[in-house]
Amino acid sequence: MALLDVKDLGVTFATNDGTVTAVNGVSFSLERGETLGIVGESGSGKSQLSFAIMGLLAKNGRARGSVRFKGHEILNAAPSVINARRAVHISMVFQDPMTSLNPYMRVCDQMAEILTHHQGMSKADALKACVQMLDAVKIPDAKGRVRLYPHEFSGGMRQRVMIAMALLCRPDVLIADEPTTALDVTVQAQIMSLLRELQAEFGMATILITHDLGVIAGFCRDVMVLYGGQVMETAPVDPLFESPSHPYTRGLINAIPRVDTQGETLVTIPGTPPNMLRAPKGCPFAPRCAYAAEDCDDHIAPLTAFAPGRLRACNRSLKDLA
Amino acid sequence: MFSFIARRLLVAVPTLLFLIVISAVLMHAAPGGPFNSERKLSAEVVANLQAKYGLDQPLYLQIWTYIRDLVLHFDFGPSFKYKDRTVNDIIAQGFPVTLVYGFWSFVIATILGIGAGVIAAIRQNTPTDYLVLSVAIIGAVLPGYVIAPILVLVFTLKLGWLPGGGWEDGEWRYLVLPVIALSTGYIASIARLMRSSMLETLNSNFVRTARAKGLPEWKVITRHVMKPALLPILSYLGPVFVGMITGSVVIDMYFSTGGIGKSFVDSALNRDYSVMLGVTLLVGALTIVFNLIVDVLYAFIDPKIRY
Repeated sequence: MALLDVKDLGVTFATNDGTVTAVNGVSFSLERGETLGIVGESGSGKSQLSFAIMGLLAKNGRARGSVRFKGHEILNAAPSVINARRAVHISMVFQDPMTSLNPYMRVCDQMAEILTHHQGMSKADALKACVQMLDAVKIPDAKGRVRLYPHEFSGGMRQRVMIAMALLCRPDVLIADEPTTALDVTVQAQIMSLLRELQAEFGMATILITHDLGVIAGFCRDVMVLYGGQVMETAPVDPLFESPSHPYTRGLINAIPRVDTQGETLVTIPGTPPNMLRAPKGCPFAPRCAYAAEDCDDHIAPLTAFAPGRLRACNRSLKDLA
Repeated sequence: MFSFIARRLLVAVPTLLFLIVISAVLMHAAPGGPFNSERKLSAEVVANLQAKYGLDQPLYLQIWTYIRDLVLHFDFGPSFKYKDRTVNDIIAQGFPVTLVYGFWSFVIATILGIGAGVIAAIRQNTPTDYLVLSVAIIGAVLPGYVIAPILVLVFTLKLGWLPGGGWEDGEWRYLVLPVIALSTGYIASIARLMRSSMLETLNSNFVRTARAKGLPEWKVITRHVMKPALLPILSYLGPVFVGMITGSVVIDMYFSTGGIGKSFVDSALNRDYSVMLGVTLLVGALTIVFNLIVDVLYAFIDPKIRY
């Protein structure tokens, strides 16, 4: 049985202008200790996918499909059921460490409440555990700093606090939603190498959500490419970079700026992402795709395996793309 | 912190002096005077009266004398209208009354307003929310001079439960109707403010983090939402408190409570310059003090604020 099994997950939002489809029929499964990268541009639904798994969708959001943790359904489960899983079995690190910590509470109180609530620890024991975890995420002078408020930490340090908080109960699954997007480049590298170390040490299965293929390359074993709320391609990380099987993935990889071969101009994918208020009937990428034919506006091929561990959803055959 | 408080109190001195000068100039700019009445007084009598109260002197000298007496003797001067009473007497008699009914109105408005706002926000877009919102809108648009007579009509004339006026040293039965009449509008505005503040906090990123910790919703709200949501309310409550303890002319008129709220309007109509100035100064000084108290409270609540 898979540790985390996501089947045909869909997320829609009821808005005044109509129903917005954010995620459409996403399936994947995650085993203990695996690392999965979910990559996509803004609006591809990658964050909403993670919120749906955690049961954190906004009030107007609806999730359908199935999310099973060790065989137990947790999608749309009762609050007490999902609350017992959160932080204990599935944890999350959010995108913006500046606003994701409570500015009115000391770091120790924000961290310790997880342990006192879920594990019934005394405040003193919880505090000790918090200091240990802050040591583990390499915050210097953790013992002294644990009593500070979030604004007394730098952005990178705050993200370390967020990571420490997420790992306090040694969860089986960690979802990191763009953990480095709000940080500057050198701090990004530090946080990613920290995550890599902690992943090796604690062995939790990790879902890394990002728009940055470079971040994925250094961290994940498998990659899922999301576009317009749908999976375009799934592959182990090396084959994905060597021989991307989907026109969108190719576009993404070509758009990575390179100092060696490239001149002044940056390569982009022409066009803009689809308006999910009117979700396209066929392939969401078709309007921007160089290989698109008439049938692409009409339907999209189901995600199909074509090599070990590799799946693609494209009407054109690999030969067509060659 | 102490230097901050000292600095703010020091700045209050020129603020109050400025308030005196502006009020005096405006009062004297208004047509009429304290001795204009329907019974025409002879020019001689008026001249004598004006000389007695120093009104024959240039305005800057009048202001100077006023400030001097105030600073040296804490003397707000004699009332021009009530010959045997000083402004100190009028404030000493009326302010304790408005202080009592204003204080209770404030307590009730704060508790009910915040409570209703919290419930409405938690139950956003449900019938509970709509009920609170519609009651709040009715409360906000009904002026005191409509609520007060309705209360008297129902509770005094129809049911005979409560007295329709009087004060009796603030005995509770005399307090109920004034407090309801004064607090209704404030309950409504505090509830609406609290609701929107709660909703904003409920949507913030750190509340999502708190939920991701697996805390039950009531713990999320009590530990993570209440405090940030109350902060904007706090700065509103300072001036509201001053407004309430300095009373309301509507309450003092309808319920004959004899509070200072009535003196405010009476003095303006009578051109009773010294009473007008005295009451204005009282409100001004209280506003300064309570804004300072609010700012000090912020420093205790918000760790990012340090003086």
